[in-house]
Amino acid sequence: MSDNLLIAAYATRLGDNALVLAQRMIEFVAAGPELEEELANANFALDYIGQARMFYTYAGECEGEGRTEDDFAYRRPEHEYRNLLLVEQPHGHFGDALVRQFLFEAFYVHLLDALTRCSDEGLSVIAARAVKEVRYHLRHSSEWLIRLGDGTDESHARVQASLDDLWRFTGEMFAPDKLDDEVRELFNGPHLEIIEAEWRKEVRAVLEEATLAVPDDQWMASGGKQGRHSEHLGFLLAELQYLQRAYPGASW
Amino acid sequence: MKQQEWPLYEVFIRTRSGLSHRHVGSVHAADDDMALTNARDTYTRRKEGVSIWVVRSDRIIASDPAETSAFFDPAEDKIYRHPTFYDIPDEVENL
Repeated sequence: MSDNLLIAAYATRLGDNALVLAQRMIEFVAAGPELEEELANANFALDYIGQARMFYTYAGECEGEGRTEDDFAYRRPEHEYRNLLLVEQPHGHFGDALVRQFLFEAFYVHLLDALTRCSDEGLSVIAARAVKEVRYHLRHSSEWLIRLGDGTDESHARVQASLDDLWRFTGEMFAPDKLDDEVRELFNGPHLEIIEAEWRKEVRAVLEEATLAVPDDQWMASGGKQGRHSEHLGFLLAELQYLQRAYPGASW
Repeated sequence: MKQQEWPLYEVFIRTRSGLSHRHVGSVHAADDDMALTNARDTYTRRKEGVSIWVVRSDRIIASDPAETSAFFDPAEDKIYRHPTFYDIPDEVENL
């Protein structure tokens, strides 16, 4: 794979994480637990959509075949999506969404930070902008997790269950595939094992403060990075892509 | 499930260094820290501020509307306390 296509594939993967998570988050619009929290959540979702747009546009430029951000978002089937399984998981209640958010952001903030130092200028510029947003998101999700974990018996039990349920999707974040390795070697990209160590340390600290138990090591689901998704992504994309599928080429 | 109303906090924002904090509105929050982040997320999305104060609304001691005249009327006829006899240069924006 040429260097340009390599970066295009990597940027697509980052864009997919951002877009799919944003699509999950906006399910809380008009359904948030509190007005202020709903507004914050919607703002964060917009941050992620902004990141997805930047990554997709850049992927299109690197690829050089004239694909736009909309082509990436609206005109790819699910097996061409390369997001992590974690971000596509549905949520039953606010605690599920919060745990999903926290586990991903504690990883993503380090991934972006590492990308600011990579040798591909386009990626490093986008990462530098995104990392500022995600630092704040992580602060927000950490504080909520501590509040719910160290809150009432019911809130504690619920977020512990969310954590136990979603833990099996965390391994995929740190399991490098060929693309991760190539970006690391050729472009001074992120070292996933270093990020995993930082992630474990920070997640442990927050969970401890939240009086939550770190789930045991277990079998980890993977496949998202290769386009093998859980059944949930198809439904998510069906809603996301409905308009372009029903009315191809429709524009404002 | 019992749903408790979160307490109300008043939000004050300083738009840039050198100016004073101004009241911009209020937010609900479960505690002080959350009030600060809610204020940040609600009122500074468009880069409106460099500093935020929040204070629980029930901690503010307010003047009684019924006593408005007793409080403020005595100052009504003391026009000489206003600095209206000075010419202010156009360049001065914040006085």
